[in-house]
Amino acid sequence: MNPRRKQRLAVVGIVGLLIVSAIGLMLYALNDSIDLFYTPSEIIEGKQGQMPHVGQRLRIGGMVVPGSVSRDSKSLAVSFDLIDTGPIVTVTYTGILPDLFREGQGIVATGVLTSATEITAQEVLAKHDEEYMPPELAEKMKGIKHEKPANMPVTDASSSYQYEASPELESETVSELGSKSKPGGQ
Amino acid sequence: MWKWLHPYAKTENAYQLCVTLQPWLWLGALLCLAVGTVWGLAFAPQDYQQGDSFRIIYIHVPSAMLSMGTYVAMAIAALVGMVWQWRTAYMSMIAMAPVGAVMTFIALFTGAAWGKPMWGAWWVWDARLTSELILLFLYIGVIALYGAFEDKQQAGKAAGVMALVGVVNIPIIHYSVEWWNTLHQGATISKFDQPSIAPEMLWPLLISLFGFAFFIGAVTTVRLRSEIVRREMHRPWVQKLAQATSENS
Repeated sequence: MNPRRKQRLAVVGIVGLLIVSAIGLMLYALNDSIDLFYTPSEIIEGKQGQMPHVGQRLRIGGMVVPGSVSRDSKSLAVSFDLIDTGPIVTVTYTGILPDLFREGQGIVATGVLTSATEITAQEVLAKHDEEYMPPELAEKMKGIKHEKPANMPVTDASSSYQYEASPELESETVSELGSKSKPGGQ
Repeated sequence: MWKWLHPYAKTENAYQLCVTLQPWLWLGALLCLAVGTVWGLAFAPQDYQQGDSFRIIYIHVPSAMLSMGTYVAMAIAALVGMVWQWRTAYMSMIAMAPVGAVMTFIALFTGAAWGKPMWGAWWVWDARLTSELILLFLYIGVIALYGAFEDKQQAGKAAGVMALVGVVNIPIIHYSVEWWNTLHQGATISKFDQPSIAPEMLWPLLISLFGFAFFIGAVTTVRLRSEIVRREMHRPWVQKLAQATSENS
């Protein structure tokens, strides 16, 4: 390589390195603001030493605790508990839940913190994982049977989705949710 | 090691390379896209959670991965243009830009169409979606900057700087789902681990991924050819080519 090219390559390299480190530092500083949601443990134990205050509008993301879903028989009101690694936050919501909503599913809810462990949500979104498989395989591997909501009998008791997760699966999902909330181990 | 590349700094050789590659790229694109999409959309099994809705993966994932891949290719072309001062490098950069922008748009659009029935929202400002949107703006920025200069040599340099700076966004898009908590799920196939998708669903996905890649390559060669001809109009070889074409028709 001739010296002029070498020089140009060096200049491009140095400028590139500077830009990368500048943007890296910026993102590192903004780390917490980029997170889409609080996890239940961050709501109860605080995030970076800061507790979310009552009345704050926020998003929460966690797994719906199996058996915690209760629906009102006369309206669309529903309440359920969210968990990640231990602490539990209760979400109340009035409206239509996404198709993927069921016990054991990851959920992101936007709403207002009404007390230390309660959220009134205006929007509930379902999170799904990156695994794709045919239904027969899922039944064999995970014991999950997902019925379409259309076939569901209307009951006012807890959710009608069949969910018979094995204990390993539950702990797996919980630990996955928990490990995600701490990027860079800070 | 890179000696074989040197002839392509000349526009005539680059043009000839495009002419040779083009039919093969179109053939590959046609075959892979036909097999991949028909297999994926009609014959692959349903997903256990998402049913038939998951099939949009056969368009969403290839376009999203290649929107990033095309950007990296564009940035490499910009680097070559900057350091080795090849004119063909800037030309291929600008030939790729609109193709990549369209891929990014397809990824965003199919993602929104997938998000509505599954998540319950067309759009969420999470890290993955936002950084992919920034990628679209980067593409548009490169195209606009290139168009803003009368002198295309200058234009290539300016747009090249922008393309190079924007390449930091690529690892951010890829790792956004790991660094921050997002609504978007983690990587299914682009990771150093076994893909978390059943093999009978994975195969059509890989085939349509290749199909998209061939398609991008084919469109890029078409665009590069016309870019070269437009810029080299005064050269004897282009005039000879034009004469030959008009005599044939």
